[in-house]
Amino acid sequence: MEAFIANFNYWIYIILMMIGLFAMIAKKNLIKKLVGMSIFQTAIILFYVSIGVKQGATIPILPEEAVHPKTTAGETSHHNGEDGDAHAGELPEIDAQDYTNPIPHVLMLTAIVVGVGTLGLALAIAQRVHYHYGTLEETEILKQIQSGQ
Amino acid sequence: MKLFALITVIITGALLLYASKDFPAWGDPLSPANNSELSRHYITETRVETEVPNIVTAVLADYRGYDTMFETVVIFVAGLGILAVLRQSPSAGEPLPVPRDRFQERDMITIMTCRLTVPLIQLFALYVLAHGHYSPGGGFQGGVMFGASFILIALTGGLSEALKRLSEQRAIFLAALGVLIYAGTGLLCMFLGKNFLDYHILSQWLPDTTAVKARYHAMLIVEIGVAFTVTAIMFTIYATLSSKGRMRGGL
Repeated sequence: MEAFIANFNYWIYIILMMIGLFAMIAKKNLIKKLVGMSIFQTAIILFYVSIGVKQGATIPILPEEAVHPKTTAGETSHHNGEDGDAHAGELPEIDAQDYTNPIPHVLMLTAIVVGVGTLGLALAIAQRVHYHYGTLEETEILKQIQSGQ
Repeated sequence: MKLFALITVIITGALLLYASKDFPAWGDPLSPANNSELSRHYITETRVETEVPNIVTAVLADYRGYDTMFETVVIFVAGLGILAVLRQSPSAGEPLPVPRDRFQERDMITIMTCRLTVPLIQLFALYVLAHGHYSPGGGFQGGVMFGASFILIALTGGLSEALKRLSEQRAIFLAALGVLIYAGTGLLCMFLGKNFLDYHILSQWLPDTTAVKARYHAMLIVEIGVAFTVTAIMFTIYATLSSKGRMRGGL
């Protein structure tokens, strides 16, 4: 029971993924197969997002002061001469443990949009199949193909 | 078939559940993914190497530029594939099933609401695109929002209204232009003597920029390319699917 609660997020994504996989294998309707594919995709996205969680960390966007530290006009302690641009100030220390891991977010950002693109293409093919055979049921399509030959 | 699927799913699921006990705990800061050298480098060095506060944008458009470029190409090819599979002449197939005149008179409330909200959606999409360096956002998000505004026009005013504003030819042109902007930026770096998508050399061409600032600005350029492609393809997907490839009538 303790192991279940500690890894609750993984259990959720595995169950979702298996629902999607089952729909893709067992369902005879092409649209239901696509619904299964979408559920599968969502499970993968959940998995990556849950990998990227870091306890006690904030979003991976640095505050403005951490990137462009302000140099007050009167302050001349740095002795940078005439070069008084934004780089004059020292960059404050930041701890990597304070910011979430950005890599899973980057990967999933593109994966979501590409998922829409591939789902659109799959729906287009399903529509074409329906246009040609008048049905989306796998068994009926198979019957029509076999009787035609 | 159902039994076979059930057995497969149960075996795979059981193996995955068994493996899940080796996975790091929820939110563990010392897990391999969170504690890797790569992740630490992105978090601490991005501000020095690119001056972009939003690390996700920097990783997306600069460090992982190849990945993002080919994701854009995937979207572009998906759009072309949809057109290749489904596009047919407007008069092809069975006659349009619904009596069209019933839908000619559009509801005034939906049209006025759409007219009020579409400019705001498009403005916000441009903001999300342009402000991607400082807040959550960027080419993908802004592009999807911009595409959604055209889909809203098509839903309320009919597909022909939306096609008047973004015709099929122009959408394909914009999608190709977006890929061209992205790949062209990469090729420009090659012509200047560096690796593909190695932006810092662009400081020779961009006026008044250091090598770091060149990376900063080049990220915005490629994000604009991504936004062009995503906008055009989102609308193309909707227009083609909703009209069975006839680009007429719609839902």
